[in-house]
Amino acid sequence: MYGIGLIKGLSVTLNRFVESYTEDIRWLVKRYAKVDFRSSKDAKGTFTIEYPEQQLNIPEEFRFTPFLVYDEGENGEKNIRCTSCGICAKACPPQCIWIVRTVDPATGRPQPQPAEFYIDADICMNCGFCAEFCPFDAIKMNHDFEQSSYTRNLKNKEILLQPASYYANIRPLNYAKEEAARAEKAAAKAAAKA
Amino acid sequence: MDSTKNTDVLDLANLYKDSVKADDRPGFSGFIIAKEKLFDIAKDLRDKYGYDYLSCVSGVDYPETNSMEVVYHAYRSSGGSALVFKTQVERVDPMEVPSLISIWPGVDLQEREIWDLFGIKFAGHPDLRRILMWEGFEGHPMRKDWKEAFYEEEAKPLKSRWPDGNHKYAEAKAAYGDNINFEAGFDPEKWTPTDPEEALYSALKKYQTEDVDGIKTDHLLINMGPQHPSTHGVFRAVVILDGEEIVSLKPVMGYLHRNHEKIGERNTFLQNIPFTDRLDYFNSMYSAWGYSLAVERLLGLAVPERAEYIRVIFGEMSRIQNHLILFGMLWNDLGAYFTPALYAFEERELMLDIFEAVSGSRMMCNYHRFGGVVRDIDPASMQKIKELVYERLPRKIEEFDRLLSENEIFVSRMKGIGYLSPEDCLAYSVSGPTLRAAGIPYDIRRAEPYGVYDRFEFDIPLRYNSDLLDRYLVRIDEIKQSVRILQQALRDIPEGPVLTGKPSYQIKVPAGETYGRVEAPKGELGYYVVSNGKGNPYRYKIRTPSFVNVTSVEKMCVGTKIADFVTILGMVDIVLGEVDR
Repeated sequence: MYGIGLIKGLSVTLNRFVESYTEDIRWLVKRYAKVDFRSSKDAKGTFTIEYPEQQLNIPEEFRFTPFLVYDEGENGEKNIRCTSCGICAKACPPQCIWIVRTVDPATGRPQPQPAEFYIDADICMNCGFCAEFCPFDAIKMNHDFEQSSYTRNLKNKEILLQPASYYANIRPLNYAKEEAARAEKAAAKAAAKA
Repeated sequence: MDSTKNTDVLDLANLYKDSVKADDRPGFSGFIIAKEKLFDIAKDLRDKYGYDYLSCVSGVDYPETNSMEVVYHAYRSSGGSALVFKTQVERVDPMEVPSLISIWPGVDLQEREIWDLFGIKFAGHPDLRRILMWEGFEGHPMRKDWKEAFYEEEAKPLKSRWPDGNHKYAEAKAAYGDNINFEAGFDPEKWTPTDPEEALYSALKKYQTEDVDGIKTDHLLINMGPQHPSTHGVFRAVVILDGEEIVSLKPVMGYLHRNHEKIGERNTFLQNIPFTDRLDYFNSMYSAWGYSLAVERLLGLAVPERAEYIRVIFGEMSRIQNHLILFGMLWNDLGAYFTPALYAFEERELMLDIFEAVSGSRMMCNYHRFGGVVRDIDPASMQKIKELVYERLPRKIEEFDRLLSENEIFVSRMKGIGYLSPEDCLAYSVSGPTLRAAGIPYDIRRAEPYGVYDRFEFDIPLRYNSDLLDRYLVRIDEIKQSVRILQQALRDIPEGPVLTGKPSYQIKVPAGETYGRVEAPKGELGYYVVSNGKGNPYRYKIRTPSFVNVTSVEKMCVGTKIADFVTILGMVDIVLGEVDR
């Protein structure tokens, strides 16, 4: 009979329509916990979430623009991990990383410190190569994606620097893995010396 | 085993001793045909030797040997590897090679592209206009001596970035408005769109004034796009209508052109991987696969087992979500406004969540590397994939089927519309689901298996009516087959490393050429890569399914109503990031 297909299809829509209400009632009290349910295999009902009140969980590997990591010294000084070796600048596909190497004014020799470090965040394509190939774990990808601004988004060293604790906070698993590898390396070095 | 290999590739040099020689440059293969004989031999290839499918036409510029080359990759629709033949022309303007459009009409847009980007003329092409660049543009950008406005160096990494990288904005060097060169005598201030548009309109079937019973009838010219919601981006089709019926149609594109291939030549091999994500932005998992496949062949790099399975898992998930998007958007165009589209987006959303957790980004995954993938799937994501594949997806696909496959309005808008005969499908180099809806069981996963596809049990979905409804149903079947592949892959995936060798940002690729092609969700995606042994590709050409499939749109549309154009184009499944490159 003509119209059966239509009715079949509309039954799906009707089912969804009813679900959107029953699910809303079910999650009325714990509506912020619904985000986890919405990302699971059983998700049904209204699929959209109310950003910014509700937010999806950001997975650890999520990458936005890069930032520079520094270790906090005992007296609160910032020990920048970057040695300005330039690998990130070379690996960067859109070439948005600009580094000025520090030169010792007395000897003219380069020092392992960046004098300037710029990332043109408007050009950055968020690929994560800089973080992937950095041998010193000095540059990492940020989770902060709310970066709209009225001006060009050129980030200098001061803006880019974040403490290692911040990094440990957003990427705990990666941080733990790297720290373990570093401890192992240090132990091997100590063993070689002894 | 060896004997089949020998019969598989035709020895052209032996067959045509006087006009063909084998390409003996190190790392190169195929045959060089004298351009005078190209047309005749190509005709023989199709008629005598069964190479009925010309997949890819690429131009390459070799200023050192003062020559330009046109490279053709032809296949048999019964399967097997490529027959590569080339023709060379001296690098002095005007350059001319014979057009093969009367043998394989599918070369139409590809030849226009080569004319546009390389300046090689194709004698006998009826409509040789610029396609990606605009009229009045000076030069041919893919030539090696052409420099872009913000040109700094031949190849990345750029020296200005380190160790003295004091940041400068690019527009400080070439200010806006001052960064374009025009042909001599071309004044953009005085330019009106008449001249090039005249060339475009004259390529269409001529206006006819019919005189029936003393009433004068004029054909109507309509521009669909570039800002038309049904073209899913900045695509434009110029149509001539007789009443509501389409008499003639020309696609106009290039509004999103960024010369991806030139960028690719400036980039290092590795740097191209995130750029491939931007071609078909729905299927970045698949785009990067084709490219890694090509470069891995040049490098002679084996991919670990686990990585191959991971590639299959994400590739097939990508196929499912691509088809879902297509359905959603198609129903949108047909008037079921956004309800089915959002239903389709739900499943896609769950898959993108997994992509994000594993690769770090929802759409620009940047997940493949040469010799594997960047990181393993974490256990939580693996669990999610399993739940999705074993529990949710089969249920949801069934719901989709129920939602619209039998809907009478939907069926009446699709059935018998947009017919393209199987012969035309091959001649127009159509690939992907459209080809299989015409009853041609051509799927690269079977015809020339890559990765570990030869280990899985799956069917190539086939339909025979070659209309829109069949193209839709083939895709529904394909989703089901993808789920089948996924279930096997998840069952069989071995433990182990996911990347061969140490990750390195500097990769030297041995000199040579290669063509890596994969069955992307939209059709055949091929990368023709030439390396000269340095860190950057010498030539990086992409044969995108969307671009080549657009060639057949005119053939499908003529004779149908203007409203059907929307559906037909929707079913061709184009994405403008890939069409315009």
